Amino acid sequence: MDFLIFKAPILMVQASMDGILIGILFALIAYGMALQWGVMNIINIAQGDLVILGGYIAYTIYLWGIHPAWGVIISPIIMFFVGWALYKLVINKVVDRDLFISILATFGIAIVMQQLMNFIFGADVVVAQSEYGTTMLFDNSVTLPNSKIFSAFISVLYAVALVIYMKKSRLGRAIRATAQNARAAKILGVDTEKVYAATFGINAALCGIAGALISITLTLHPYVGLPYTVRSFMIVIVAGLGNLPAVAVSGMGLGLFEEFADYILGTEFRIGAVFLLLVLILVYRRFKLSRKREYLK
Amino acid sequence: MMKQKDLILYSGLIILGLAAPYLFSAFKVQLTYLCVLIVLAMTWNLQGGEMGYNTFGNILFYGLGMYLTASVQVGMFFPLAEWTEAGGEKTFVHTTAQYFQGIGVGLLVSAIVPAVIAGAIGYAILGLRGHYFAICTLGLGIAAGEIAGGIEIIGAGQGFTTPPFPAEIVDLEARGKFFYFLSLALLIGTFVFVKYIYGSRFRLILNAIRDNEDKAEAMGIQTMKYKIVGWMCSAFFCGIAGGIMGGLIGYIDSTDVAFDGREMGVFMVLMAILGGKGTLWGPVIGATLFHFFKEGLWTLILGWQYVALGVLIVVIVIYFPEGLMGWLREKYPERFGEVIDEKDRKAQVELK
Repeated sequence: MDFLIFKAPILMVQASMDGILIGILFALIAYGMALQWGVMNIINIAQGDLVILGGYIAYTIYLWGIHPAWGVIISPIIMFFVGWALYKLVINKVVDRDLFISILATFGIAIVMQQLMNFIFGADVVVAQSEYGTTMLFDNSVTLPNSKIFSAFISVLYAVALVIYMKKSRLGRAIRATAQNARAAKILGVDTEKVYAATFGINAALCGIAGALISITLTLHPYVGLPYTVRSFMIVIVAGLGNLPAVAVSGMGLGLFEEFADYILGTEFRIGAVFLLLVLILVYRRFKLSRKREYLK
Repeated sequence: MMKQKDLILYSGLIILGLAAPYLFSAFKVQLTYLCVLIVLAMTWNLQGGEMGYNTFGNILFYGLGMYLTASVQVGMFFPLAEWTEAGGEKTFVHTTAQYFQGIGVGLLVSAIVPAVIAGAIGYAILGLRGHYFAICTLGLGIAAGEIAGGIEIIGAGQGFTTPPFPAEIVDLEARGKFFYFLSLALLIGTFVFVKYIYGSRFRLILNAIRDNEDKAEAMGIQTMKYKIVGWMCSAFFCGIAGGIMGGLIGYIDSTDVAFDGREMGVFMVLMAILGGKGTLWGPVIGATLFHFFKEGLWTLILGWQYVALGVLIVVIVIYFPEGLMGWLREKYPERFGEVIDEKDRKAQVELK
């Protein structure tokens, strides 16, 4: 094998570090997807576009001269209301229906969002400069941008905060009750409509955080939302709904896979590799289940 | 036995189809698009409407057909790598005979290879159900586009110029007519095939799979076999449609023309749903309406067309999931051969 990565083992360390740090970010998005999937039983194709929108909010703040790191506080607040509005406009009509309807409807939303972002923010690839500098490890042979470390730290912080919130708060309990049995929760006085709206809002807020972090660590472009959707979908089907440690681990695994695919196959095949991995994971699970004469539900 | 009314309808449509390029000679390209869109909607309907396997991945076969036709057409006579290397500059020129031989063989290959591929991956993919199948096929379509964009021999990111129409034919109208009649032939072939399926046992099996796959299996139907055959039928016609479009457009780009999930991939789902899933005429009507709407409004709302498209998807999916035919069926059930027991209807109303 004459790939560069096998000749220079130090690159493996580099790729692993990058992969894990980015993977934590993916896990945060996947957590939002698992939340809405588990509670509302919808698959949101617009998830990635919500992420990108959150990123553009942080980027706008950056353009106004405020440090983009403030985006991780401002962007989720705005995105919560965006999510709430989306729920009231569209999502509440697809909650109880066939999953394919929710897929198609959110696909429509994704197209609209992409195009509107293209109008408002332009079709250029943008990035917000955090100017955090880089950390050098192992005699300067491994470079880690501090913004990536920052983003992983913030992701973990928010994820832990959300877990505690879901356990302790009244709304969190209502959300979990609705996820278990919406009808029973309704009978016991939970306003499920409000719970659904809040869930979608929280999911959008999580996307907002992730987007703000992506705006300083990676790049933003109006049409790159779909890969984020697919990544989070992949993480959720590997980890299962409501299994947070597994979401974190498979997020990191995906990050590792991507970085290594990037080094071995080349950057032009990176997105292709992600989508192909999705197909492979689904097919693998299908064959594993078919031995027991079951199928993915 | 074809009824007299049907006979008049079909012969009228065929005459209209044959006369269309002469009647509306300025719109030949649009008419070709229409034929291809109808074919795509009908084949999607076979898959999503009849079998209940909603796919976003038929664009895979469409794009494959496009690349295969062009590659065969070039590769039969000239070295393919040099052709794509040259890009826009034509170092090789097809003679008239070479062009038509090439496109004929190319279309044949573009029909067979996607069907074979559908059969090969069908066993793995069609074991997935419902939304997993939808997302998996979405992934397949996009992965194909991304991978095709990285392969050098078919032009990679800079695209693939398909052979130009032979210059020896001086008639300026010839190119448009050629592609129109090609697509019309494909449309008629597809329609006849789908109509045949609608009258056969195969359709009943597909419907059984859609309505309850477990029960169908329990009744002794080898569901996997039929699912694969159904998908192969879809892939066969999608491949030819892609090949024709490749020749018509004259330029293949991996993600914007061939594996164009954002446009064609969505259009075919939308058209079938707009017209009515699971009906013979639904996709035809849906595709025609959609095409008129698109061509009429696209230029008026320049720049906003994707916003309109997205809103259209949301509105159709939420408010008209049964489509036009479904709506008509609810309104005039007698015309669809449904007998309604008035007493039963009243009893149901009272129950509500």
